[in-house]
Amino acid sequence: MAKTIAEINEKIRKGKAVVVTAEEVIDIAKEKGIRKAAEEIDVVTTGTFSPMCGSGAFLNIGHSKPRIKLGGGKVYLNDVPVYTGIAAVDVFIGATALPDDDPRNKFYPGEFNYGGGSVIQELVAGKDIRLTAAAYGTDCYPRKKLETLINIRDINEAILFDVRNAYQNYNVAVNLSDKVRYTYMGVLKPNLGNANYCSAGQLSPLLNDPYYKTIGVGTKIFLGGGIGYVAWHGTQHNPTALRGDNGVPRRGAGTLAVIGDLKQMKPEWLVGTSMLGYGCTLTVGIGVPIPILSEEILRYTAVSDAGILAPVVDYSEAYPQREPDILGEVSYAELKSGHIKVQGKDVPTSSLSSYLKAVEIASILRKWIEKGEFLLTEPVAPLPGVESGISSKPLKERPIAE
Amino acid sequence: MNVSRRIVLHFPPNMTGQPVVCRLVKDFGLTFNIIRASVSPGQEGLLILELSGERKNYDKGIKYLTETGIEIQSLSQDVVRDEAKCTHCGACITICPTEAFALEPKTRKVLFDHNKCVVCGLCVKACPPRAMILYF
Ligand code: SF4
Ligand code: SF4
Repeated sequence: MAKTIAEINEKIRKGKAVVVTAEEVIDIAKEKGIRKAAEEIDVVTTGTFSPMCGSGAFLNIGHSKPRIKLGGGKVYLNDVPVYTGIAAVDVFIGATALPDDDPRNKFYPGEFNYGGGSVIQELVAGKDIRLTAAAYGTDCYPRKKLETLINIRDINEAILFDVRNAYQNYNVAVNLSDKVRYTYMGVLKPNLGNANYCSAGQLSPLLNDPYYKTIGVGTKIFLGGGIGYVAWHGTQHNPTALRGDNGVPRRGAGTLAVIGDLKQMKPEWLVGTSMLGYGCTLTVGIGVPIPILSEEILRYTAVSDAGILAPVVDYSEAYPQREPDILGEVSYAELKSGHIKVQGKDVPTSSLSSYLKAVEIASILRKWIEKGEFLLTEPVAPLPGVESGISSKPLKERPIAE
Repeated sequence: MNVSRRIVLHFPPNMTGQPVVCRLVKDFGLTFNIIRASVSPGQEGLLILELSGERKNYDKGIKYLTETGIEIQSLSQDVVRDEAKCTHCGACITICPTEAFALEPKTRKVLFDHNKCVVCGLCVKACPPRAMILYF
């Protein structure tokens, strides 16, 4: 039955492709069996909508008259500092950047109401952004100061480039201590007061293609409400993580680096986000289409929440101290029931990843493909898989000799 | 005796087009200061007022408001959800002490029951996109 991406694209062009979401495929596979389902279905769409700190955007703001060299200077967008260590008028705004005068955790827990993620969202929304810059001046770039409004419509390029997104599985965070912990996994109440998780589970892109058999460099995706591409494997990509019998990682494993034109994205799908006591970030919407090239690939997409396990980790001690201990494993079905058992205690669960929005993303992507507007791409290189032996390494500190 | 109080008015959707506040001035001689308003026609509205006047008239004004079907909150604050901002992540669910948030099991939409809210403010800073807003 093996199909090729070219064959599937032919069907998409004719408006005849059968497309279902990674949620819908579960029941279809149960009803019809893997074989029949694989014959009938051409594409399974996935989705996720979560805070993703490895996000940011490159902007080329155009040359002022007289010229100014922002490269190596100091530049702020709405008071949020951006990275200037690149070309004359290119800057990079990172999702976690904070205004210099943000009190951080000086007043604990810090609120982090506005940061790089918020600037990216406002930029995408078409709002004017205040740029202030100080440069050192050169013969060819004489200007030393610049204060102006900029708008995404007018600048040359605005490229979202997220160096780590769409984590394949993630920790479930709890707090064993007797005081509240403010983490990137949300507010954790003392004495196992709650458990926070952050994955769309059965809808999440990489959990539906656990061995990266279809998702690779160059895969065209839904990114921030527009179109983007997988640029590379993401940082901390860890394909050798512990896996279950179904191939699905039971720990944080693969990640994606993604890229796309920010100008065609939408503010509903790139949301500036504040984690109390932790910092700012960007909530990113990503949807990846999975071509059903074989029965094996369909079987992977038919994975359900019950078949995906995540480790429960104590964020008061084990996580900050980088201890490997986990408190057990739970399935996403258990997590979504609203309660899990940890150390014999009934712990209520919350999610940081919006399942409702993940469904919406997978459905939008399905519609794009059904209407023939979105063709699939052939990856130009695979992501490193289990055979690569790559694992995410901790930092080994070494003293700096005098 | 004069009184001056901050009140929170919850308008049912069918009431948002009506000039109730003008009547407070015209019929009861009260003065007001709008602290926060989010009223759009045909939707549930919220108006936070500082309302001042003669005690007797003030009480009459409040009685009139109650009769119109507007819900008056005696608290000096209110917490509302900015529906456009909420991403339905669910981070607030275990934060709220009164279980004002609940998941709709099928869609996994996060429902907010305003009646259960005691305005503790805990969700306001814990909501990642800052969709919960505290009105003073
Ligand atoms: S934490 Fe905020 S965004 Fe998330 S569901 Fe609750 S109100 Fe909505
Ligand atoms: S203010 Fe307090 S009681 Fe009201 S919804 Fe938020 S957490 Fe619950």
